[in-house]
Amino acid sequence: MRAMFYPLIAASLLLGACATEPEQKPGATGVEDRGKPSATPRAVESKPVARVDATGKPAGSPFAALKDPSNILSKRSVFFDFDKFDVKDEFRPLVEAHAKFLRENTSAKMLIQGNADERGSREYNVGLGQRRSDSLKKMLTLLGAREDQIESVSLGEEKPSCADHTEDCWSKNRRDDMLYSGEY
Amino acid sequence: MPLRLLCALTFVLCWLPAARAQLSIEITGAGAQRIPVAIAPFAGESALPPGISSIIRADLERSGLFRGLELPPLVPEPTEASNVNYSEWRSRLADALVLGSVLSRPDGRFEVRFRLYDVVKQQALGGVAYTLAKDQTRATAHRIADFVYEKLIGEKGVFSTRIAYVVKRPNRYELQIADADGANAETALASFEPIISPIWSPDGKRLAYVSFENKKPVVYIHSLRDGKRHVVANFKGSNSAPAWTPDGARLAVVLSREGGSQLFMINADGSGVRRLASSAAIDTEPRFSPDGQWIYFTSDRGGTPQIYRMPASGGEPQRVTFEGSYNVSPRISPDGKTLAYITRNAGKFQVALLDLSNRQVQILTDSEHDESPSFSPNGRMIVLATVIGGRGVLSAVSADGRMKQRLSATAGDVREPAWGPFVE
Repeated sequence: MRAMFYPLIAASLLLGACATEPEQKPGATGVEDRGKPSATPRAVESKPVARVDATGKPAGSPFAALKDPSNILSKRSVFFDFDKFDVKDEFRPLVEAHAKFLRENTSAKMLIQGNADERGSREYNVGLGQRRSDSLKKMLTLLGAREDQIESVSLGEEKPSCADHTEDCWSKNRRDDMLYSGEY
Repeated sequence: MPLRLLCALTFVLCWLPAARAQLSIEITGAGAQRIPVAIAPFAGESALPPGISSIIRADLERSGLFRGLELPPLVPEPTEASNVNYSEWRSRLADALVLGSVLSRPDGRFEVRFRLYDVVKQQALGGVAYTLAKDQTRATAHRIADFVYEKLIGEKGVFSTRIAYVVKRPNRYELQIADADGANAETALASFEPIISPIWSPDGKRLAYVSFENKKPVVYIHSLRDGKRHVVANFKGSNSAPAWTPDGARLAVVLSREGGSQLFMINADGSGVRRLASSAAIDTEPRFSPDGQWIYFTSDRGGTPQIYRMPASGGEPQRVTFEGSYNVSPRISPDGKTLAYITRNAGKFQVALLDLSNRQVQILTDSEHDESPSFSPNGRMIVLATVIGGRGVLSAVSADGRMKQRLSATAGDVREPAWGPFVE
């Protein structure tokens, strides 16, 4: 997705430059004029430069799939039962897809953030979240991802996705989130 | 003069607005016996608002161990040098009496003198003279309250100590430090990401804590005087639950860098990391006993989270808590004789106190969501985080369970209290 933006950005730079009227709008050019104020303000000339980006992933790269809502790789959360740390069968296709992606894209790196519900000690909940992120990391590596591609960490109970004090909410907060480099 | 007398009589009204307290403290219980103490307005104290005597009285009353007496206008104003008519003070039902004065010095500073009297035994118990700048008025009053407390109770007072805690506002977290009476709250760290587990260095000059500003838990040490901070532990994985050794040179931390949540030791500068223990369980929340010989910690190696202890040099852990299926957050009292922790009791998370000599357990609170207990340095009180009306607040309970206080902030959720050490 990010890759797809770059041609747009380049195009908008060009369009933006062409459309600029020859009158000075404060801040419009982003250049502060420290010279003496003259009676007729000079237009600051902006020379359009077409941007070519070679640092991002080329359009159509596999990384676009990570944000394609129709692709399973756009799904990033695995949810856990109360006091449980094993990845449930229903998430196996999701984990397999991400393992395959990591296997086929050896430069890709992933951060897994484990989470716990709000009940009990904050530090013990950091431990519970870590157990969940370690569990997912282990499954991904067993499916062929490299150990050094993945960092598993815990946010404990500190970053709930749901704020109510109900079991329905707590079940949404007992989760692992998978983030790829550039997303964290 | 009339204003001061009015303040002395209705001190709460005069005192609260001037205090600019961001945490206000409400006492919801008191000790069985409270010592009646007369604190006469210090002669000339209107030069140092909100009045030294009212701050001393509020401190002593907040401890739950004293009752400040209402006094009629005293003419002439007594000072620490006045002759004390003991029978007159006895007729006012005072067991103890504090007299003092404030003098303006030519250099713009002030001199505060006081003397404490035992009215029953008809003897002076001592006094001190301080020179101070105007902005040290509260600190000076706290020192006098500490003197009175120590002479009459026989243990050190904690009125000059400070409490660290975290305030959560919408999309913002602040690590704050306030005086023990809630006044002078200052923000040491503001962050968009959570801050947990603040803990004071033994010298009271630094805080260690866990910050999530790098999208994962990282342990920092923060120097309060200059705001400088450094990373202590930022290894691959999670870094959390710092605890200082009693000499302040090293910390126990919990790292996941070798898998799981495991106990490690690390120097305060971040060097010399070494593994302390090895288990397949979550081992976390380490705390050193005051003599440095033991590390108490939470572990679920037995199937449920319980408190264990092991020699600080390493060795076989022993289980410490047995009642109940959820016992976490161990905190050893300053004298090393009792252990405060959080227990799940019929679905409620409450503060429990275990007598380590006879293994008696007492539940100290009746709230539902207690967390993070922290002893006052004299061991008399335990501050904790709880939830009242859906909002995180700090609360305090005496170690005998008799006295309770609620500390409420003006806004936001307050949590993660840590009571600082004695101030020398």
